[in-house]
Amino acid sequence: MAHAHDSSQERPAILDKVRPAELPRAKLILNDRSFHWITDKVCAIVEEPTPTWWKVLFVAALFIASFTFVGMAYLVSTGTGTWGLRSPVGWGWAIVNFVFWVGIGHAGTLISAILCLLRQKWRTSINRAAEAMTIFAVMCAGLFPLFHVGRVWFAWWLFPIPNQNGIWPQFRSPLEWDVFAVSTYFTVSTLFWYMGMIPDLGAIRDRAKTWWRKAFYSLLAMGWRGGNRQWSNFEMAYLLLAGLSTPLVLSVHTIVSFDFAVSNVPGWHTTIFPPYFVAGAIFSGFAMVLTLMLPLRAIYRLHDVINQYHIDNMCKIILATGSMVGYAYATEFFIAAYSGNAYEKFAFINRAFGQYSWAYWIMVSCNVITPQLFWFKKVRENHSLVWIICLFVNVGMWFERFVITVTSLANDYLPSSWGYYSPTIVDIFTFFGTFGFFSVLFLLFIRFLPLLPMAELKIVSPQADPHAH
Amino acid sequence: MNERNERIHGVACTFRRPSDVFHAAERVRDAGWKCWDVHTPFPIHGMDQAMGLPRSPIPRLTLLGGVTGFLTGCLLTWYMNSYDYPLIVGGKPYWSVIFPFPVLYECTILFAAFGTFFGQFIFNRLPHHHHPLFDLPQFSRVSDDTFMIVLEARDANFHLDESRNFLLSLGGQEITVIRD
Repeated sequence: MAHAHDSSQERPAILDKVRPAELPRAKLILNDRSFHWITDKVCAIVEEPTPTWWKVLFVAALFIASFTFVGMAYLVSTGTGTWGLRSPVGWGWAIVNFVFWVGIGHAGTLISAILCLLRQKWRTSINRAAEAMTIFAVMCAGLFPLFHVGRVWFAWWLFPIPNQNGIWPQFRSPLEWDVFAVSTYFTVSTLFWYMGMIPDLGAIRDRAKTWWRKAFYSLLAMGWRGGNRQWSNFEMAYLLLAGLSTPLVLSVHTIVSFDFAVSNVPGWHTTIFPPYFVAGAIFSGFAMVLTLMLPLRAIYRLHDVINQYHIDNMCKIILATGSMVGYAYATEFFIAAYSGNAYEKFAFINRAFGQYSWAYWIMVSCNVITPQLFWFKKVRENHSLVWIICLFVNVGMWFERFVITVTSLANDYLPSSWGYYSPTIVDIFTFFGTFGFFSVLFLLFIRFLPLLPMAELKIVSPQADPHAH
Repeated sequence: MNERNERIHGVACTFRRPSDVFHAAERVRDAGWKCWDVHTPFPIHGMDQAMGLPRSPIPRLTLLGGVTGFLTGCLLTWYMNSYDYPLIVGGKPYWSVIFPFPVLYECTILFAAFGTFFGQFIFNRLPHHHHPLFDLPQFSRVSDDTFMIVLEARDANFHLDESRNFLLSLGGQEITVIRD
């Protein structure tokens, strides 16, 4: 924000001499929409009568979510034996699902924090929904390790709270680091999301007609008045939270990867895990953002604010991170061969050609091959195809976590203790239900909170420039 | 009731375009006003300079939060794993800054985020649900597409008629007196 005033007046002399060509910047908001149009468009989503599709989806999502709750209730009342976990595979779908959902969340923080620091203005159209996705995905993720502890009523022992045994958590364990990383991530993401929403909640409050609507949004907007003295603090706080969320998001998936990398199981004990997990998380998260935003864009006719430029950028990030993930798969193989460690070599040959090779090849074809289609402009412009590719990426990234978790545990050192892990129906239903749980939360968000950040969209529209005449 | 209505909070004046309110703000600043504000639907680029506002003090609370978080993390891990119930793990020291580093790192970020988040509320004096501006009918358009300059009565420069004329000379559209 600083020096904006000066830069508009001082023009380097060299520019007059070389006369650079004016390259038009991609338009973030098409058809020169006015400020009022933006307010109307976004507020209408929460102000219109509840659409039928929303009611149908909400009931369906509640039904699906019940699978998770029934599954968890059955697990607690019967015991962890109802999950397919037994020696040697003690980490099955629960950990796979945990890493999968946490990874999904990372794109939201990437969009809201890292792209904010990099001044990528196109992020404004998608950041609110992506942040909501982060928070709900972390909620889904948290369920799994919580119930995986077995006796969920003792889960509070993970927190540094005095208990009757007089024993404290052991801070040398990566699982304990996870407790701190994921709970901090959830808290900071929620604060960031809520703070960014305050001006928009104020805008909905100012348009409210009924008293309950006025009361509800007044409460949430905290009496925001949009004075520049407030904006000045708000923007500073926003920038700082973006600056804090950036190292946070990188640390969260790094610590999640430490759950594996700090152990000495072949295939897990590698230094490549943190960057490889972070790239994979952003890859899967962007796929999820597109999976959610493409239908919403069609339903609410948001084509002017989420245009081809936004979709192109997201596809390119998926392409870039997908290629990084593919490169990491190749590096893992090379290092295993180069290490001269027989167990490490076996772990990787076993991944690709062993008893779980079917999962490995699903992972490779979904994560490495399908995103390469995004090199083609025709593919990026075909939104149904983009949506389908994103589904493949989501499936592929789930399988990546499955391959990492299960293959290494099922066949580690001693062939006499090898095994084959399969999930039970309880595992499958519990995981399936989390999609319902996620959808319930996301549908409520669409219905009651501003889906797009209005104030930020207004900043990036051309008429917001105070020096334009 | 009557007595309350007599009290004046200030004078408000609306503008249609960001450039209009921007140049008007520069003139209010140059006229030496202290208690005034520019209400806008979004933060206008360069408005802090146009209003002559100092840098926001929030980073101080962020730093305070971060340092508190780091020290809290150190104290927590040292007290639990080294003082109250010492754990012997692999013959290593009971406490060092290395092994609980992820915990210290997360605590630093968490507390710094608290400092920033609550700092925003403290310095913006929020929540603040009752404010004379909310009674102004045109104020509801400020979160949409209208820009508003408010000159407050507690400023030394304030004089009802003069201030009203001053706002008129800035090119404002609707001028209203805000009552407390």
